[in-house]
Amino acid sequence: MMKKTGMTLIVKNVAKLVTAFIAVFGIYIALTGHLAPGGGFAGGVILAAAAVLMVLAFGSGASRKLVKESQCHTWDAAGALGFLAIALCGYIGGSFFLNFLAPGDAGTLVSGGWIPLSNLAILVKVGAGLAGVFLALSAFRLSRSEE
Amino acid sequence: MQASLPLLVAIPLGIAFTIVIVAHVRGLKALAGALATLAVIANLILSLYLLGSDEALSLYIGRWGPSGARTLGIELVCDGLTTLMLIVINMVALVSIVFAGPYMKRFTKTWLFYSLFLLMTGAMCAVVLAGDLFNLFVFLEVAAISSYALVGFGCESEELEAAFKYLILGTVGSGFILLGVTLLYAMTGHLNMARVAEVLPSAGLTSPAVLLAAAALLGGLALKAAMVPFHAWLPDAHPSAPAPISAMLSGVLIKAAGVYVLARLVFNVLGPVPEYATVLMVLGAASMVIGVFLAVGQWDFKRLLAYHSISQMGYVVLALGVAAEILATGGSTAVAGLCLFGGLFHLFNHAAFKSLLFLSSGSIEHQTGTRLLKEMGGLSKRMKVTSFCTRVGALSIAGIPPFNGFVSKLFIIVGLTMAGHPILATLAVLVALMTLLSFIKVQRYALEGEPGEKIEGVREAPVLMCVGLLLLAGVCMTAGLATGTIKKHVFDPARNALMKPTVSSTEGVSE
Amino acid sequence: MGVAIYLLTFALILLGLYTIVAKKNLVKIIIGVLIIEYAVNMLLVLVGWRRGGSAPIQAGESAQTFAAGAVDPLPQAMVLTSIVIGLGLVALMVVMAIRLYEKYGTFDTDKIRKLRG
Repeated sequence: MMKKTGMTLIVKNVAKLVTAFIAVFGIYIALTGHLAPGGGFAGGVILAAAAVLMVLAFGSGASRKLVKESQCHTWDAAGALGFLAIALCGYIGGSFFLNFLAPGDAGTLVSGGWIPLSNLAILVKVGAGLAGVFLALSAFRLSRSEE
Repeated sequence: MQASLPLLVAIPLGIAFTIVIVAHVRGLKALAGALATLAVIANLILSLYLLGSDEALSLYIGRWGPSGARTLGIELVCDGLTTLMLIVINMVALVSIVFAGPYMKRFTKTWLFYSLFLLMTGAMCAVVLAGDLFNLFVFLEVAAISSYALVGFGCESEELEAAFKYLILGTVGSGFILLGVTLLYAMTGHLNMARVAEVLPSAGLTSPAVLLAAAALLGGLALKAAMVPFHAWLPDAHPSAPAPISAMLSGVLIKAAGVYVLARLVFNVLGPVPEYATVLMVLGAASMVIGVFLAVGQWDFKRLLAYHSISQMGYVVLALGVAAEILATGGSTAVAGLCLFGGLFHLFNHAAFKSLLFLSSGSIEHQTGTRLLKEMGGLSKRMKVTSFCTRVGALSIAGIPPFNGFVSKLFIIVGLTMAGHPILATLAVLVALMTLLSFIKVQRYALEGEPGEKIEGVREAPVLMCVGLLLLAGVCMTAGLATGTIKKHVFDPARNALMKPTVSSTEGVSE
Repeated sequence: MGVAIYLLTFALILLGLYTIVAKKNLVKIIIGVLIIEYAVNMLLVLVGWRRGGSAPIQAGESAQTFAAGAVDPLPQAMVLTSIVIGLGLVALMVVMAIRLYEKYGTFDTDKIRKLRG
C-alpha cells in the first residue's frame, strides 16, 4: 500500500502552477472561436486536459475531493441545455435556431450574433463531458481494489 | 405547422438532458420516468398532428435558405414517408417507455436509461426529418451510439460482449456511410438531398464514381438494416438488450436508421437505377430466406425473434427493390405503387408486432426468469394477458387472416407476381409458411402444455407492462381490419413521396 | 502527387478493415476502427482542396477575394463533427473493453465467446 499517491513532488508543484494557465487558454480558444481556428470543442478538450492533469498528478483518490463525477454530469447537461436554450430563443426572432442578436463588426470579439455564446455552451459541455469520461475510466482501478 | 418541426427533435433531447440534472438533485429521482413519458407523448401528439398537412413541409434552420447556386442551410423535410416513420417511431417509443417503468426496477441508474432512450428517440426523429445528407449521418450516429450503450446496459458479460460486437460492426458501417456521403459531395458539390438529386444525372447516374459512392452507402446501410451478409451483430445484440430496448431496436432502429434511409437514398437521391434495384432485391431475398431458416431451429425465444426480424426486413427490402426495378425500367406505376404500399405497410406492421413479441418475451422473462422455450409451458393458464398478447403477435407475424401481417404479406406477394417475378413470390410464400411453423412451435412450447418445474408459481406481470402489451395488440388488430382508411390517410402520401423524383421543392425560402 | 494521396486514404481504409477482421486482441480491433474513421476524415478534408488555395480564415480581406482563394471550408466543418463523433465512439469502446476485461479476464476474442454465432 503506497502512502503517497500520485506522482513525485516536482510534478505536483508544477501541476499546481500550470493547471490554471491551461484552463484559461482553453477558455480563450473557445471565446475566439468565431475569429480564429478553435471554437467550443477545441476549448473544451483543453479545459478537460487541465482536469486530467490534476488527476494524473495527484492520483484519482485525492483529486476526487476536487472534481466529482456527479458534478461533471450536471455541468455536462447544463451546457447542453444552454445550447438548446439558445436555439429555442431563436423563436423570438421568428424561427428555430435563428441568429437574432446583432451581427456586429466582422473581426471584433463581440460579433456574429450568439455564436460566442454557443461556443461557451459547447465549452462547458465538452469540458465537463471529457473530464467525466476520464474520471469514469480512472475509477475502474478503484472499484476493483474495493471489490 | 412548419415551425413545429424542430420541436420533434428538441423536446426529446431537452428532456434527456433535464433528466440528467434532475437525477442529481436529491429527492427528484423518481421524476425521470414521468418526464420521459411526457416527452414521448408530446412527440406522438405532434406527429399525429402533422398527419393533417396535405403537402410536404420544408423548413430551413435559421432561415439559411437556398441562395444562388449553393444551398448551405440545414433543411428539415416532412413529407408522407416522414410522417409515417414519425408515427411508427413515437408509437413504439411510447409503448416501450410505459413498459420500461416496472421492468427497469431490477437495474440501477435508471435515470441513465431514460436519458439514453430519449436521445435515441430524438435522434431517430431527426434522421427521418433530415433533408440533407450530413445531418442524416450525424443523427444516425447519435441514435447508434445511444443504442450501443443501451444494449450493454445491464453490464453482464453476455450483454457486454454483444454490445462490443454491435459497436465495432456498427462503426464500420457508419464509416462506409460517411465515405459514400463524401464521394457524393465530391461529385456534386451539394449536401442537400434535393440538390444532389438534381445535379447527379449530369455527373452520370452510373458512372464509376457514383457507383462507388452508392456501393459504400448501400453497404453501410445494409449493415444498419441487418441484411444478410451483414447481419452478424443482430442475433447477439437484440436478445442481450433489456426487453424495452430490444423492442425499440428491432421495432424501430433497423427501420428508421436502415430501411428508411435506404428507401430515401435509392428512390429520391440516387435514382431508381436498375443496378441498385437488383442489389436491393438480392439483399432482400437472401435475408428473407436465410433469416427464417436460421430462426426455425432456435430455442431461445428472443434469439428466435431476432432472426425473424432479419427475415421480415428482407420482405420489406425485397418489395422496395422490385418497385425500384419497375420504376427504373419504365413499367406500370400502378404495380410499383402496389409493391411500395405492401413494403411500407409491412414495415409498419412489423414495428407493431415485433415490438409486441419482444415486450411479451420481456414480460415472460420478468416473471419466470427464463428465455428458453423448453423451460416455459402452460403460460396461457397462468399469465392470461401476456399469453393473449403473445398469441396476437404470433398470429400477426405468421400472416393469419384478420391480423395485419396477413394483409401486408398478401400485398407483397401479389405485387411480386404482378411484377413478373414468380420465383420470388413463391419464395415469399415459402418463407411465410416457415414463419408460421416457427411460431406454432413458440405457442406450443411457451403457451400450451404443462408448466416446467422452474415456473410453478408464476403470476401475471405488473399492470403497466400489460397496458403496453395491450396497446400494441390493439394496433395489430385494428391495422388489419381498417386497412382501407389507414391506406388512404397514411400510406398513399408515403408511397407518392417515394415515387416522386426529388425530396422536396426548393423554390424560395420557406419559414 | 495528385491521385496518390486519395489512393492512400482508400489504402488506409482497407488496412483498418484488415485489422478488425484479422486481429484477435480487443485493443487492436479498436485501433483498426480508429484507422478507418481517421482515413475517412482525411478523405473528407482532401475533397475540399483547391490548387493554390489558402486556409479558410478571413483576415480582413473582402468576401470575393476570400471566396475565390480559399479552400472549401464546408468539408472542414464536417470533419470537426466527425472527429467529435469518433471521440464519443472511442470512449465507449474503451470503457466496454475495460469492462470485458473485468468480466472475462482477457482481451483475447477467442476466449470471449459465450454467445454462439
